[in-house]
Amino acid sequence: MTHLICIICPKGCHLNVDEQNGYAVTGNGCPRGAEYGKKELTNPTRVLTSTVKIKGGLHRRCPVKTDRAIPKGLMFDAMKLLNGVELSAPVRRGDVVLADLLGTGANLVVTKSM
Amino acid sequence: MKQYDVVVIGAGPAGLAAACEAYQNGAGKILVVERDKEPGGILNQCIHNGFGLHYFKEELTGPEYAGRFIEMLNNTNAELMLDTMVLAVTEDRKISMINPRDGYFTVQAGAVVLAMGCRERTRGAIGIPGTRPAGVFTAGAAQRYVNIEGYMVGKKVVILGSGDIGLIMARRMTLEGAKVAACVELMPYSNGLNRNIVQCLNDYGIPLYLSHTITEIRGKRRVEGVVVSRVDGGGKPVPGTERFFDCDTVLLSVGLIPENELSRSAGIALDPRTKGPVVYENMETSIPGIFASGNVVHVHDLVDFVTAESQRAGAAAADFCRRKEQPGGEPAVAIESGENVGCTVPQHIRPDRIDQYAEVFFRVGRVFSNSEIEVASGGRVLSVFKREHMAPGEMERIVIPKKFLENASGGAVTVSAKEAKEN
Amino acid sequence: MFDVTVIGCGVTGAGIAYELSRCEISVAVVEKQNDIACGTTKANSAIVHAGYDPLPGTKMARLNVEGSKRMEALCRRLSVAYQRVGSMVLAFDGADLKTLRELLRRGNANGVEGLCILTKEQALNMEPGLNPEIAGALYAPTGAIVNPWGLAIAMAQTAVKNGAALYLNSPVRSISDRGGFYRIEAGENALETRYVVNAAGTFADKINDMAAQPFFRILPVRGEYYLLDKCQGGIVRHTIFQPPSKSGKGVLISPTVHGNLIVGPTADPADGPEDTGVTAQGLQKVVKAALRSDTHVNFRESIRNFAGVRAATATDDFIIEASKDAPRFVNAAAIKSPGLSAAPAIGPEVRRILESIGLVCRAKGNFTEYRQPPLFKNMTKAEQAAALSRDPRYGRVICRCETITEGDILQTLRGPVPPVSIDGVKRRCNAGMGRCQGGFCGPRVHEILSRETGIPMENVEQDLTGSRLLTGETKTGGGAE
Repeated sequence: MTHLICIICPKGCHLNVDEQNGYAVTGNGCPRGAEYGKKELTNPTRVLTSTVKIKGGLHRRCPVKTDRAIPKGLMFDAMKLLNGVELSAPVRRGDVVLADLLGTGANLVVTKSM
Repeated sequence: MKQYDVVVIGAGPAGLAAACEAYQNGAGKILVVERDKEPGGILNQCIHNGFGLHYFKEELTGPEYAGRFIEMLNNTNAELMLDTMVLAVTEDRKISMINPRDGYFTVQAGAVVLAMGCRERTRGAIGIPGTRPAGVFTAGAAQRYVNIEGYMVGKKVVILGSGDIGLIMARRMTLEGAKVAACVELMPYSNGLNRNIVQCLNDYGIPLYLSHTITEIRGKRRVEGVVVSRVDGGGKPVPGTERFFDCDTVLLSVGLIPENELSRSAGIALDPRTKGPVVYENMETSIPGIFASGNVVHVHDLVDFVTAESQRAGAAAADFCRRKEQPGGEPAVAIESGENVGCTVPQHIRPDRIDQYAEVFFRVGRVFSNSEIEVASGGRVLSVFKREHMAPGEMERIVIPKKFLENASGGAVTVSAKEAKEN
Repeated sequence: MFDVTVIGCGVTGAGIAYELSRCEISVAVVEKQNDIACGTTKANSAIVHAGYDPLPGTKMARLNVEGSKRMEALCRRLSVAYQRVGSMVLAFDGADLKTLRELLRRGNANGVEGLCILTKEQALNMEPGLNPEIAGALYAPTGAIVNPWGLAIAMAQTAVKNGAALYLNSPVRSISDRGGFYRIEAGENALETRYVVNAAGTFADKINDMAAQPFFRILPVRGEYYLLDKCQGGIVRHTIFQPPSKSGKGVLISPTVHGNLIVGPTADPADGPEDTGVTAQGLQKVVKAALRSDTHVNFRESIRNFAGVRAATATDDFIIEASKDAPRFVNAAAIKSPGLSAAPAIGPEVRRILESIGLVCRAKGNFTEYRQPPLFKNMTKAEQAAALSRDPRYGRVICRCETITEGDILQTLRGPVPPVSIDGVKRRCNAGMGRCQGGFCGPRVHEILSRETGIPMENVEQDLTGSRLLTGETKTGGGAE
């Protein structure tokens, strides 16, 4: 049995996940919590938000995110990859910076038009 | 002097929403004044996600949330004046400002929405003993350096305060290669959202020390470390519990203060508890025709609520300048803070001005589980709201029916919080 | 070869350099820090004492009263903020009243004008927020407040403008008498000079000992302060003192020329000449003492705590005299309180001493003051219009707490001694001095400073050398483990 705090919404339900029993979740306030509890123990994922370098913009960095959650264990590998990116203004919100980041199926996208 | 129907001061989330809503409600000439070189306010540096779940029903980053409203504003006829600082607002709604292009000038507004946001509490406000080396930043200033300017503020960090900005910066600094040694919180609970503790601290193995504080900052020119002590129930450091953390940077996430210098100079009544203007149900301040919304009124934890509140202010501002004659003198019910309730917004509700319900926001004074919020008047309980969980870090919202307000005795209702009578 | 080298550029050294730069002589100033006014001058009560404290007949008494008399005109000439607010020393009981009568006697003997003892009612009438338990007060109409670092910077900039050579980042390592002149090794510089003036503040004993026989020790005393928000600035209209005791003049409450309220100091032995940390106990002492004078002070409105180190010695007087054993060497040492008040008189005093030991000081024909440029917010409408047409950046407010514009900041960078750090900018034009303490404008001042001076962003210092704000760029270290 593993105890978790659900991060799906700000409520923060205290979940108990039973690994021995098909990752059955108790303590969840909604079905999304059950899904989170199972996923967090089998394949935890997070959305990565960061910046990349940009030339010709109002600022020297442009904010980006993965358009879906990627495996938690890949965060630092993804960050390394971002170090090598340099955009040139103009960019639009939603522009894909890197497609299929590290084979996760997630795209890295611009979150601010610059 | 140039005339506008509605002038909005600030183009952060509050100002953007207020201006869009004023337009939707028929305001003809709208001016939005922003001191920065771009609209969006603090959201520009809040590059993390978690915004918009209520309003857009999806999870956005700060720049995305701001971007959507900037586009909405661009689709109105509102004029956006950037790089412009408002220096004074008068009771008769004359607004003086300055910018490099036009110099110093004054405009006349039919109605004003104050949306200046808030500022961070500093080291000086909380009085941390020790030396005064470089490397002590408010979390927001550090966030600007890292996210907007692209510079690192340190290599080894201790964070004081577990507010959301502090937690978010713990993860951000870690991802950029810094080591975050600890997050230290004076209270026995975190002021941040649980999900941020999980995603920003637990994910990266950053320890959270509750009921602890920094009792000394060391370092001659640059921070060389901090002493952290446990505190007792009264928040006083316990001698003998000191431990030293080696670090070159301290980030402070120790609270936000509504920015009301303009409001004060205009003569607007301020609430000493919220440090923002006292407002009515439509976000009107004590001066007719001057409205306020967002963090300038009270500090929010979710931008979605800032948007909703600002839309109310924007609509009311448009309504105000449409009318030739202002209604006035309607009875107002005072919303008073009872036991365990910090301060309510709005502070006054005019039942004649609402349709069926009025929303009231407030924070509770401590952590509650299985609790209830009670609305009472003249010793009579009008309404009870059940809550599984309440904490000072999360703003509570209740909806009071108009008929309760109309029947309030003595022109006041009291909102209080307590443990539920039975489970 | 310089005629005179002044060691130390706090308000004392700057005042001496200012006075000497009026003369047809060559003057050098060596300062160990990267800017003027980085020691005691930037961390004190910012008070011009009327001059009733020092014992009659001391140098301290004479120079305090003379300095206080000269201060207003000096500040006006240099455009340094000064206000004659008057001061009160409170008495809480009969013994204190006796102390006040002694201070009145001293003041009258020292030549302080307008002193009088107020009854409790008179005092409360003038200052209604005071503790109603007071027994009376000594009133000094000539007490004043001033911007101490502003004064030092203005005097040093005037000296530089009139030919003085200022060597920053130049801690003195040795002083050797080469027979008729001295050689001073300071930082990376070696200077030759006929005369030396020691104005090294809390390091003055060490400087003396490099050239002369040791005869005094600086016993640094640390004073902790609160600086409160402008909303507290009007709580009192005068500088409010408590009766002096053995450990000093006690905790005062005073408006500042910037509109804040200053409360302090404590007086505790310092752990060295640069021990400017604050302590929980010290701050508590300040609060407790201040609330005895005025119960209305709201310490929740604190915007900054700081501590200054005073150059105290075993004796009660300043040491301003020609060295008894080192020729052409003058000490201006042990300048503790009321050193700031005396600063306008210490320069002329040191000049007289130098003349008495052979320096010839002929007045310069073309001496001109360097007036501190007015801040945009303090300009007249016409001046503002002219400033804006000269440089539109006067229309961009950078520090919103103090309403300081980019034009104001650029102006400081064009002065005779331009700032090299963010606090250097603050000391010259107040950007970052307000309630958010640079939280908002700090990064913007940082950018302007880097852009205008060519110092890379990462190398910009908060204040003294070694106080860099940034450790590198993002998108370089990420992904490490």
